[in-house]
Amino acid sequence: MAVMDRSGSTAVEVRGLTKAYGELTAVAGIDFEIRSGEIFALLGPNGAGKTTTIEILEGYRQRDGGEVSVLGLDPGTQAERLRSRIGIVLQSTGVDRYLTVAETIAMYSAYYPHPRRRDEILELVGLEAKRDSRVLKLSGGQQRRLDVAIALSGDPDLLFLDEPTTGFDPSARREAWEVVKNLAGLGKTVLLTTHYMDEAQYLADRVAVIAGGRIVESGPPATLGGRDTARAVIRFRLPPGAVLPADLAVSPVADGMVELVPETLTATLHRLTGWALEQGIELEDLSMARPTLEDVYLELTGAPGAHHGEHISQEADRRRRRRGSLVP
Amino acid sequence: MNRPALFATQVRYVNKAYWRNPASAFFTFAFPLMFLVIFTSLLGNGKVHIGALVVKQSTYYVAAMSAFAVVTACYTNVAMNVTFQRDLGVLKRIRGTPIPSWLYLGARVVHALLMAVLLVLLTTAFGAAFYHAHVPSGTTLLRFLVMLAVGAGSFAALGFAITAAIPNSDAAPAVVNASVLPLLFLSGVFIPLGNGTPAWIRWIAKIFPIWHFARGMESGFLGTHFSWNDVLVVGIWGVAGLVLAIRHFSWEPRV
Repeated sequence: MAVMDRSGSTAVEVRGLTKAYGELTAVAGIDFEIRSGEIFALLGPNGAGKTTTIEILEGYRQRDGGEVSVLGLDPGTQAERLRSRIGIVLQSTGVDRYLTVAETIAMYSAYYPHPRRRDEILELVGLEAKRDSRVLKLSGGQQRRLDVAIALSGDPDLLFLDEPTTGFDPSARREAWEVVKNLAGLGKTVLLTTHYMDEAQYLADRVAVIAGGRIVESGPPATLGGRDTARAVIRFRLPPGAVLPADLAVSPVADGMVELVPETLTATLHRLTGWALEQGIELEDLSMARPTLEDVYLELTGAPGAHHGEHISQEADRRRRRRGSLVP
Repeated sequence: MNRPALFATQVRYVNKAYWRNPASAFFTFAFPLMFLVIFTSLLGNGKVHIGALVVKQSTYYVAAMSAFAVVTACYTNVAMNVTFQRDLGVLKRIRGTPIPSWLYLGARVVHALLMAVLLVLLTTAFGAAFYHAHVPSGTTLLRFLVMLAVGAGSFAALGFAITAAIPNSDAAPAVVNASVLPLLFLSGVFIPLGNGTPAWIRWIAKIFPIWHFARGMESGFLGTHFSWNDVLVVGIWGVAGLVLAIRHFSWEPRV
């Protein structure tokens, strides 16, 4: 991507953005920056403010406060000039169902000053075989690819993808991901919103986690929330009556499982399994893992407990505790 | 692409999609002709008294169905299609592209006008061939065309305006029909208003544009008196519709 990056310029810059709908604050002051040629993901649960943010950048909504620059233009006042340089895939949009795929792309291409070649677009999104099919005959995944094709028809510098794979089956998601990856190969800057962790992890160069209208964390997916430096967690089930030696301090988690966060993984694991062998105890469900992006996300967005009840609340507590225990 | 070329392209795509949608093509084209045949078969030998003039009912219906066809093509069709496009998110997507809004919507209006003209031509040909309809010519034709243009434009504007009152596409047929069917009856389009029609019906009907538009169509086909007042009333409704549409038109689904 660095090859495509023209002098490391900034495609999108957002400072102190706010937006409220009546009493409801949708965006409560957020800042982020997207470099040219980058795939940037806004990751967050429903209602976090993702769509409001992206629609302000697209020029659909007026912001209440803050500074926004998209390709050097202010979408609040220069939306018309901006529109010929961006491509938009909205969360739910239709096209005329009675036109064919090729006709649809040709029609949208006509709106732009420098359209991209239609055959190229069809190939990019993998719809060559469907070019003469009417839109109403396309599957959900194919329609989404047509959405991307339309967004590409003006050969934009910047693409907005609002939850591009929501409601897809796994294979359709994979297909859509490949299309987005292809876009990065063209040197396009992409801003996508998603509530899927794996999507952000697979596609994005950088992720901003948004919750309650604020950005709670941002960075490359691999290091988000200190994942890369976070310690591994050993987890297992302790049989009834078994008592661990005092130096192995575990904390109980749900379903009779316990976990411990060792300072030195190998030594602690050796100590634990050695003790278990000595005692003739089987440590059921023994596992060890670093926090996944999902763990980080759930912790940052405070999502659990909101609608999943008791068990998840305990999980949240556990995660909070574990985070505390990461500090030596 | 320059503006006129883009406009023409846009009209072409609207037209393509239009003919491939069986529902819109059927309701707009088949309905008026079907009604013409049904009404004339049922009542064709009767007489209609318009002031001192007496015409055969079959001839009367050529004028009436022309009026109905224009209302369907411009008002009903525009209102339904635009609501469906709004709810499908097509309009929102269009808003995110550089095409000027007036150009996109204007292409739809022009297409509706073309369909209206085509329908009137068909009805006229049908009427002339089978029902002894008088085909307008000379000054009558010119005045008839003015009424047709003002009427088609006004009904299209009103079609855009009514979308603001339609909460979602499920409600579109109900709202559109409720707003147009009573007036079609009150204005004598489906059932001729004889000289014995209660005054209050005329009084109510005359407030609305369909009554005046139907009289304009009659003047072309039946040789009745042409009144510029009719054109004026229809035009005022059209301008009011345009103002309402500009103020309240929504590019996004109403949630």
